[in-house]
Amino acid sequence: MTRDVLRDGALHAARRFGQIVFVVLGIAVVNFFLLRLAPGDAAEVLAGEAGAATPEFMAALRQQFGLDQPVHVQFAKYIGNILTLNLGYSFRQGMPVSWLILDRLPATMLLMGASIGFASILGSALGFLAARHAGRLTDTVVSVVALLFYATPVFWIGVVLIVVFSVWLDWLPVGGMATIEAGYTGIAYAVDVARHLVLPALTLGLFYLAIYTRLMRASMLQVYGEDFIRTAVAKGVSPRNVAARHVLRNALLPVVTMLGMQIGSILGGAILVETVFSWPGLGRLAFESLFQRDLNLLLGILLSSSVLVVLVNIAVDLAYRLLDPRVEIG
Amino acid sequence: MMSRRAFAQGVALLALLPAFSLAPSAHAAGEPRRGGTLNAIIQPEPVSLTAAVLAAAPTGIVGGNIFDGLVKYDLALKPQPELAERWETSPDGRTITFHLRRGVTWHDGKPFTSADVQWSLEHVWKPLNPRNPALFRNITSAETPDPHTVVFKLAEPSVALFSMLNGNGAQILPKHLYEGTNVLTNPHNAKPVGTGPFVFKEWVKGSHILLERNPNYWDAGKPYLDRIVFRVVPDGAARAAGLEKGDIHYAPLSPIPLRDAERLAKLPTVKVGTQGYDWLSPWLYLDFNVDSRHFKDARVRRAVAHAIDREALIKLVWFGFGKAAISPVPSTLAAFHDLEVPKYPFDPKKAEALLDEAGLKRGPDGTRLTITHDFLPYGEDYRRTGEFVKQSLKRVGIEVTLRGQDTAAFTRRVYGDRDFDLSSSWSGSFPDPQLGVARLYSSAFAGKNIPWSNGSGFRSAEADSIFKAVESEPDPTKRIQAWKRFQVLAQTELPTLPLVELRFFNVYSSRLRNAVTRGDQIFGALTEAWLDEPEKKN
Repeated sequence: MTRDVLRDGALHAARRFGQIVFVVLGIAVVNFFLLRLAPGDAAEVLAGEAGAATPEFMAALRQQFGLDQPVHVQFAKYIGNILTLNLGYSFRQGMPVSWLILDRLPATMLLMGASIGFASILGSALGFLAARHAGRLTDTVVSVVALLFYATPVFWIGVVLIVVFSVWLDWLPVGGMATIEAGYTGIAYAVDVARHLVLPALTLGLFYLAIYTRLMRASMLQVYGEDFIRTAVAKGVSPRNVAARHVLRNALLPVVTMLGMQIGSILGGAILVETVFSWPGLGRLAFESLFQRDLNLLLGILLSSSVLVVLVNIAVDLAYRLLDPRVEIG
Repeated sequence: MMSRRAFAQGVALLALLPAFSLAPSAHAAGEPRRGGTLNAIIQPEPVSLTAAVLAAAPTGIVGGNIFDGLVKYDLALKPQPELAERWETSPDGRTITFHLRRGVTWHDGKPFTSADVQWSLEHVWKPLNPRNPALFRNITSAETPDPHTVVFKLAEPSVALFSMLNGNGAQILPKHLYEGTNVLTNPHNAKPVGTGPFVFKEWVKGSHILLERNPNYWDAGKPYLDRIVFRVVPDGAARAAGLEKGDIHYAPLSPIPLRDAERLAKLPTVKVGTQGYDWLSPWLYLDFNVDSRHFKDARVRRAVAHAIDREALIKLVWFGFGKAAISPVPSTLAAFHDLEVPKYPFDPKKAEALLDEAGLKRGPDGTRLTITHDFLPYGEDYRRTGEFVKQSLKRVGIEVTLRGQDTAAFTRRVYGDRDFDLSSSWSGSFPDPQLGVARLYSSAFAGKNIPWSNGSGFRSAEADSIFKAVESEPDPTKRIQAWKRFQVLAQTELPTLPLVELRFFNVYSSRLRNAVTRGDQIFGALTEAWLDEPEKKN
C-alpha cells in the first residue's frame, strides 16, 4: 500500500511541477505590478528618513536602486532573475534578497515550529477530550477557553504576558531572541533562546490552539455520527478504542488541512507577535520592506512564500492519502 | 470650547511636570565607575551606520559612538576640540586651519591623518551631504601641509560652517577603506571603522547592534562603558516594559508614547530628560499648500493661525513637552530668534473676521470651506495633533478631512504630487538657521519632490536674496539682522505655520550617569556615560 502511495505520489508530483511553475510565475507577475501601485519609491523613503535631501542625492539614489529605468526594463530584469532562480538585490539593505531571507529563516522556523507544534498537539488533544465528553463539563470548559483565546487579539495577549511574566514576576525576558551581552555558547545559549521563545511561542500558539481545539472537536463529533462507528460500537469495541482508532483517524483530515495552511504561512511569519516580542523574524522583514518600498525584498519574500505554499499543498495531498487510502490524488 | 474634563486633564498634567527631570541626569557624587554593558534601544532600525551617506536619526545615534568629529558642541553649542585640537580662522574669513590631534588611530589600527579629512571633504561632504552640500562646496580646497594640519580655503566666508563640523554634520571617513569605491554602496557603511570611543562589533539585522569599548581611544581612560547593545524593539509597549523592568538603560529620541513617559517618570528607577537635543532644535509646523484654491490667499492662512490654540495643543497633545512656536527660528537659537515677528494669538473671532474678509462666508450648515489635512505619519502624537487641528478649525467654520497614510505615500503626496491643502511635519533647525530653516522656504526646493523641503511651495525673491546674503556674510551682527528680516517676512506671508518647539526626550535608568554632556549628544558619543551599581533586589 505504501509503495502505491509513493508511486502515485511521484506521478502526481511530476504533474504538479508543471502547474507550480505557471502558478508561481503568475504570482510573480501579479505581485510585480500590484506593488508598483503603492505611491512613493525607495529613494523617497530613504531621503524622507534622512530628514533632508538634495536633488543630486535623490538622483544618485534612484540610479543606484535602478529606479531611473523604465518599468518594462525593470520587469524584464525581474523575470530574468526569477528564471535563473535569483531573488535579486535589496539596495536598501545592501544585501542579496536570498541572504536576507536565509538570515531570518532560523528565527522564524523556531517561532512558528514551536507555536504550531504546541498548538496542533495540545489543541488536538483538547478537542479530542471535548468530543469524548461532549455536552459535559469538560467539554464546556474546553470550549469556553478555546473561544476566549480565539477571540482575544494576539498583540493584547502578548503585552499582557510580558507585563505579568516579565515585568511583575521577572521570570522571563521582555523580548528579543537571546541575551546578547551575556555571550552564551552551547547549551547555555540554547537555554537562553528557549527562555526567550516561551512567551512569543505561547502567544502565537494560544490563538492556533483555539482553532485546532474547535476543529478537532467538531470533526470528531461529525465522525461519531457515521454508520461505521455505530457498527464498531455494536460489535463491542471499547469506547476508548472507538475514539482512538476509528474516530480520531478519520477526524484528522481537517486538522491536517489546517496544519498545511499554517506551515504554508511560515514565511509570512507572524508580524504582530514578532513586533511585540522584538523577534527578528521574516514577518517583520516583509512588513518593514513594504513601508520602506523595498520592492525587491518584498517580491522575494512573497515569491518564496508562494513556492512554499504550493509545495506544502502537495505534501498535504499526500498526507490525506496516507491517512485515508480512499482519497484519490487528482 | 474645550471640554471641562479635557481642561482638568491639562491642569493635572501640568502639575505633574516637575516630576520630569530636566537636568542632564542628576550627577551623583563619586567617581565614574568603569565597566558594564549599556542596553540601549534604537528604533527604527537604521539602514546604514554611516551618517556621512545617510543623515537619518537612528544612523546618527548609533554611528555617533563610532565616529569622532573635527569638533563637538558643548551644552551652549560652542565648538569644542575633538579630532581638531585647535583651529584658526584668517581675518578675511576665507582660510581655516585645523591642527589635528596626534596619535589617533582608526579602529583597524591605521593612523588618522589630514588626508582623511581632505578626502572626506572632496568625495563625501561636497557631493553627497544630503543636508547642506552648498556649505561644503563653498570650501574650494583643503590643503594638507603635514599629516596633522588641514587648511580649508573658502570661496566666501562662512559663519554657519562652524555649526556643522561635528561627527554627524561632517563625518570623516577612513580614506584607506573608501578611496576608489562607490561611497554610497561601500560595505563599510554597515560595519563602520571610525576613530570614536566605541568599536563596531556586530549587527544582527532585526535584533541588535553591538559596540565595544575602544581600548586605544585617544581620550585615555574613556569611555567608561565596556559595551553598548542597541536593541531593535519595534513595539512601543515592549519598549516601555523593558524600561520599566530595568532591562533597558537608555532610550533616546522620544522612544515611548508621551502617556507612558508620564507614567514611567514617576518610578524611582526611571528618568525622563529633554537635554541633548539643542543642536537639532526640532520644531513642528503646518505647511499650507500656497498653490491650493483657498490657501493661496494669505488671509486664509492667517485665519488658520488665529484659530489654533498652541498652548492647549502643547498641554493636551504634547503633555507639556514643547513650547509655543512664534517663528520659524526656534528660541533655542537665541541669537537669531526674533521676538518682534507678527504674532497670531489664539483668537477665533479674528480668524472668522479674516475668513469673512476673504469672501469665505459660513454656508447654511455653518461651513465656510472644506480642506484636507495630511498629518505626519510618525505615530500617535502627530495623529492627535491632526485631530486637534481639525477640532480647532471646525470652530471657525473650516471642515477638515484628515488623511492618514504611510510615510512613502505622505512624502510623495505632499512633496511630489502636491495633492494636499494642509500638511504637518517637523524639522531640525540646527544652531544656524541657514542649515535647517532656509531649506523650508527657499524657492530652489519648491515642487522638486524632495522630502521635507519647502512643502508649502513658497516662492519669494526677497527670502531667496536673504538666504544668499547670509551664506557669505562674515559679520555675525549683520547676519542676525538679515535673519530677523526673514522671520518677519515668513510670519507675514505665513506659508508655513510654526506650532510647537518640540522637546524630544530620553528615557533612561537612574543607574545611568552623564548620559548628556553635550549639546549634540543625540548624535554624539556616550564617552562620559557610566553605569552605577545595580540596586540590590529584595
